[in-house]
Amino acid sequence: MEELDVEPAITNIPAASDGKHLGFAWGPGDILAYETLYMAPGAKGSGCSFIHEVRKDEDIYSPILRKLFNESHHIFVGLQTIREDLPSKNKKTQFVSISKNYRSVIRACMEELQQVAASVLVLQVSILLAIELIWNLCEVLFIDAAPAGPLLLHLLDWVRLHKGDVDEKAREVLQSESPAEHHDYWDVVVSYVLQGRFEEARQMLVKQATLQPAARNMYKLMDTLLSKMPFYNPGGTQTLTEFDVKWRHWHEEVDRCLQDNSFASNQHLEIICKILVGDEDTLLEHKELLSTWYHFLVTRLLFCHPTVKPTELHYYAQSCMTMFLDLRSVPEPLDSILLAAFEFDIHQVIKDCSIALNNWWFVAHLTDLLDHCKLLQSHNLHFGSNLREFLLLEYASGLFTHHSLWQLAVDYFDNCPEFGHVYLELQIERVPLDTERKALKVLRICEQRQMSEQVRSICKIMAMRALRNNRLGSALSWSIRAKDAAFATLISERFLQDYCARGTFSDLDLIDNLGPAMLLSDRLTFLVKYREFHKLYEENRFSEAAKLLLSLITAKIAPRSFWMTLLTDALPLLEQKECNVVVYLLLELGDMEKI
Amino acid sequence: MESVNAKYVSQKISKTRWRPVSHSSLQQPDIFATGSWDNEDNKISFWSIGNHGSSGMDEGFEGDPQLLCEHKHDGDVLDLQFLDQDRIVTTSSTGAVTIFRHHQNSQTISVSQRWPRVHRYPCDNAPCTGVVCSSPEIVTVGEDGKIIVFRADQEGVIRVIENADSSTIHAVTYLRTTEILTVNSIGQLKLWDLRQQSNSPSQILSLSGDRLPLHCVDRHPNQQHIVATGGQDGMLCVWDVRQGSTPFSLMEAHSAEMWEVHFHPTNPDHLFTCSEDGSLLHWETSTHSDMPSFLQGGRNNSMISRSAMAPAGGNQSLISTWLSGDSSKGRLETTHMLPSQTLSVNSLDVLGQCLVCGTDGEAIFVNRQVPV
Repeated sequence: MEELDVEPAITNIPAASDGKHLGFAWGPGDILAYETLYMAPGAKGSGCSFIHEVRKDEDIYSPILRKLFNESHHIFVGLQTIREDLPSKNKKTQFVSISKNYRSVIRACMEELQQVAASVLVLQVSILLAIELIWNLCEVLFIDAAPAGPLLLHLLDWVRLHKGDVDEKAREVLQSESPAEHHDYWDVVVSYVLQGRFEEARQMLVKQATLQPAARNMYKLMDTLLSKMPFYNPGGTQTLTEFDVKWRHWHEEVDRCLQDNSFASNQHLEIICKILVGDEDTLLEHKELLSTWYHFLVTRLLFCHPTVKPTELHYYAQSCMTMFLDLRSVPEPLDSILLAAFEFDIHQVIKDCSIALNNWWFVAHLTDLLDHCKLLQSHNLHFGSNLREFLLLEYASGLFTHHSLWQLAVDYFDNCPEFGHVYLELQIERVPLDTERKALKVLRICEQRQMSEQVRSICKIMAMRALRNNRLGSALSWSIRAKDAAFATLISERFLQDYCARGTFSDLDLIDNLGPAMLLSDRLTFLVKYREFHKLYEENRFSEAAKLLLSLITAKIAPRSFWMTLLTDALPLLEQKECNVVVYLLLELGDMEKI
Repeated sequence: MESVNAKYVSQKISKTRWRPVSHSSLQQPDIFATGSWDNEDNKISFWSIGNHGSSGMDEGFEGDPQLLCEHKHDGDVLDLQFLDQDRIVTTSSTGAVTIFRHHQNSQTISVSQRWPRVHRYPCDNAPCTGVVCSSPEIVTVGEDGKIIVFRADQEGVIRVIENADSSTIHAVTYLRTTEILTVNSIGQLKLWDLRQQSNSPSQILSLSGDRLPLHCVDRHPNQQHIVATGGQDGMLCVWDVRQGSTPFSLMEAHSAEMWEVHFHPTNPDHLFTCSEDGSLLHWETSTHSDMPSFLQGGRNNSMISRSAMAPAGGNQSLISTWLSGDSSKGRLETTHMLPSQTLSVNSLDVLGQCLVCGTDGEAIFVNRQVPV
């Protein structure tokens, strides 16, 4: 057995008394625990007769997160239908757009949770934030897989998207009476520079420049430096090498300004100049503005190595993390997940996420998308077939425990080629069937997947229930659906017994209008024909009635127990001058008795 | 056709209905009610799409439906109808029938009247599957095969037709003010005359082939003898209840159960159906006809002679189009109304130019510019 990655979490059951032993039983998504009679020596207290349900995944019961599950199900189903034969370039664009769809669904949920503003949900919001951060990074590194050059631009976008407070602060500053004198003004400018948003930085600086006409030259110099910083243009004709040359040229110019002490008189501009040249110490001095090590990483890359290659990322990531987090000894789960992503270790990312989150939603969908991008090596696991299928099966099984979301799980099982069908067969029988409408939906699911065993068993359950409530017509319609001849025979027996007991048929509307369904079972056919015999008799069509009676016996579909009744029915026909037919009847019966 | 957006509502929608607009005003409907199913706590909710004779809004404005108010509902909401502007009747899987009142001023809902356990077996509750109302009369049907007639504002039931059907009755609709139509799970359409005291139907119609369950029924708004039904195999059947006992025309519509069929109330050459297979179809009879209607055969002639006051040309050919249902002649057009495959579309309602539908994917779709 493999080693455990982390220590298992301990959950206390508050109502259980001390010293009692707990028994437990596994359920599909939870554990039922109960107190046993065994008392450890020295334990006191009376027994508690409760059964405790311990549930791991609370998320599926949250009404706002339900939207996440439904919308992502829709995206998932769409993803599975992308055709294999498209050229890879088109596929990549589609995969990126699907990834963006997933992320926008996460964002929409997050916004809604934030609006509700309950304290309980703060944790959920932060989890969703982290999930979106990780997903975005995976999209940049794995799905979009940008090469050196565009890679940095994508990483810049990533950081900008996840650091929203800069815009808030900037808005506050700009709305004040004198923005350039606001205490947060320089923070905002520096933040813009750290994020590579030079346009906004320059606009802010203009305000300061107007306040200090004496230092106008300095501001103009800074403005020039900021405007001349080259950014790689992926759609342009410039090659990476040419860009590199241009950038080094610019870098030297900034360095020269620093050496010349051009900004010595203004400490703020000096700081900005040092940032532009990529001075690590200055960057580290602004930890609160950067707030995360990955922001520090991207900023450092922006000003030191804008042509960073994907394969080089993990060196810088590791060193940045160490530099930034020197006070803390243990990195948080999020940090190690991001680091694993920078190291392009997809499996480690997925593994760490699986452990850190209590719901398989994220890893299942992300892995599925990465699998479609052909990024996962297919190594088989000891359990389940491959990683993607394993995660999807776990996620869908979790969904199946939900009273309502089980319908989504069906599509996930459909897309697990090896074990999905078996899992579905086992799970679908556990869905409680309170109304006929629900039973019909479950049946449709089973029939579409050729799960005939389950169809038969569900129809039998519904038919038995109907029979118990004396709804013979319903019971018959269920047996017709399942093509269950045995049950149809049972129902017909009930009808015939009713007739023998009361002398009349019940539910004539059913028997008279069965149509071709009567051929499902011999007994049923007999019942319908027997009723027809009575109708003919009532209409005084005696010759036809007698012929029918004869055919019923000769065709041997009349049950033996009914022969006396048939004979009794035949007696009145003797008076109707149809003797020859009736004699035939009696002879036939006599023949059969001998056999 | 403008795009239709989904609004995810965290509950599987079993029924959705527009609040009726008064006939005098030409306004588009703006409020609809939904009922949920398969939840531990089911709800009925009222939503608004903000169509209040909006003059200030742009042509293509797509507001999401906004939740106005909601109320707990005991059991799945199996059917829902507006009784009048403020009250709705719902039927539950617990066999209860409830009238809820929507207080527009305070945006709250209260239970106005309740008949618990009216549909039941001897030792269990039976789900009440369908309701139709024409204020103040309410008629419900259930899995126990009973038809029950109530009156709003009166305690107790007015009349029970016990054992009206030996199988489950799935839906009910009015044929005339005193006649109702029911469909059941052995593929029969039964006509009941409520003026008669007898407990048997005045007419039984059924399909000639396999007796597959019928799930929904709707009557043509103007021609009271034309009825459309949909069933388990997704076939759309159009019947003429005056003539014969089998359907007039059968059209392949869906690949799974058809849950609801609706004629457009003011423009009946349009028909809408929704199904378990996740599609919502809009059926439209085209108005061109190469042959003038009086040359098209015996049946039409009799119609012309009977409806001498009807406008020439148009109406007669359209009447016969539903009954001939010959889609190969290009007189019947169907369009999918939802952008892509979804889980089962359980319910739809159409009024004016607005269409609303609810799905098992916990989404509501509203289309405000249905081409009718």
